[in-house]
Amino acid sequence: MSGLSVSNLNFDYGPKSALKNITFEVAAGQFCALLGPNGAGKSTLFGLLTRLLTTPEGSIMIAGHDLATAPRHALAKLGIVFQQSTLDLDLSVRQNLSYFAALHGISGRDAAVRIDAALDKLGMLERAHEKARALNGGHRRRAEIARALIHNPAVLLLDEPTVGLDAAARASITEHVHSLTDEGTTVLWSTHLTDEVSPDDQLVILHRAQVLAQGTCKGICNNTPLAEKFLTLTAAPA
Amino acid sequence: MNAYLTSLIAIVKREALRFIHQRERFVAALVRPLVWLLVFAAGFRAALGVSIIPPYQTYITYETYIVPGLCGMIMLFNGMQSSLSLVYDREMGSMKLLLTSPLPRWWLLFCKLVGSTTISILQVYTFLGIAAAFGISLPLIGYIAVLPALIVAGVMLGALGLVLSSFIKQLENFAGVMNFVIFPMFFLSSALYPLWKMAESSELLYTICALNPFTHAVELIRFALYLNFNGPALIWTVLAAGVFTLAALWGYNPARTNARKKG
Repeated sequence: MSGLSVSNLNFDYGPKSALKNITFEVAAGQFCALLGPNGAGKSTLFGLLTRLLTTPEGSIMIAGHDLATAPRHALAKLGIVFQQSTLDLDLSVRQNLSYFAALHGISGRDAAVRIDAALDKLGMLERAHEKARALNGGHRRRAEIARALIHNPAVLLLDEPTVGLDAAARASITEHVHSLTDEGTTVLWSTHLTDEVSPDDQLVILHRAQVLAQGTCKGICNNTPLAEKFLTLTAAPA
Repeated sequence: MNAYLTSLIAIVKREALRFIHQRERFVAALVRPLVWLLVFAAGFRAALGVSIIPPYQTYITYETYIVPGLCGMIMLFNGMQSSLSLVYDREMGSMKLLLTSPLPRWWLLFCKLVGSTTISILQVYTFLGIAAAFGISLPLIGYIAVLPALIVAGVMLGALGLVLSSFIKQLENFAGVMNFVIFPMFFLSSALYPLWKMAESSELLYTICALNPFTHAVELIRFALYLNFNGPALIWTVLAAGVFTLAALWGYNPARTNARKKG
């Protein structure tokens, strides 16, 4: 498949199991919310999906490439927005994006065109020359999402991208990222906030290192509000 | 442009920009060896006389003797500064950006090494220029002949910095690096005194100094400045650079990261 596929993934921190037999698929052009309380294993899963961590147990396919056997091809298809900001605050937005483009082998006119297009898409073009330090939290996040799109990734991973943002910025960024699926981008959006998930989104609920439920949001909720369903599911022992 | 070259230019440029932005770092990097050269050396000139030893053809002043050692000192401190930056990058998260690039990790670390070495060399030439302005000049062609030696020494010390950054988890732990790596490496070397003087005091300390790769980096620089080639120093420095580079590659291997977290 050309989206994202995770199968039978296990990961331990010493005697403590961080992920147990995680299996799910996100089809191309689909928005999938990875919902879980703090400590559920979301960040560990992101570490494995981005190859910052590795495990011999299970497999990860990104746009048809096996992350274990063809990591360079898989990473080339991946756009990542980390939970913690990774902008160099002393550089301008454009300089930050140019640096990232170069790490993907994109330079010169091609890089300039892609950077302009990505910034324009996120409504950040007029701030291209501002230092990252001068941006507010919402604009920094937009800059990071624009950066993650420069190389036209097939799969976009976002690890709790709205942490620390106000309600308006959260809603705006959530809407923006949902709209990326219209162009065929597969999105995995990690969050612990239920209001960021739409009824038609695919949903994977992670709790205590395991997948508790997966399917469409409305299928899982069955007319129950997601917040209520989530609390019910995560209150029960995993 | 080739993806490898593009990334190399970008990483070196970023290192340079970061260095320029941190003016205090630039000033500190120059003040430190200049204090040694203009204050310490002046005070110890009488006490620490230097006899005729290769590559020198005549008696030299103590200031002249310690110039190559201070070039090494600049590179040693810069290597540690780069290491500190890497630990900072990891704490701030920007290291993740580098490590999730589709380019091979060895290449990305090599780019970091090139960036660090370039900054080191620029600092050394600035220092040599100021030293010359104070009357401590070297053979003119020596300024060019020393460049390959500076590259080898810079790569060796930069690679050591990479190794340390892969093992040090928090910025706070850097005080330990100063005490257990930088100071012993610097003082147990031929940077400030010829090794025969050390041998007169203690055979054990002499042996440690002779095994210290920093001694060989300093001697490589010293000989090159006077248009002499020191083969054993080159072999020793290249060997140390190779070992440190392999250790850095191992240190940044994601599988090792997992093992550490598991432990």
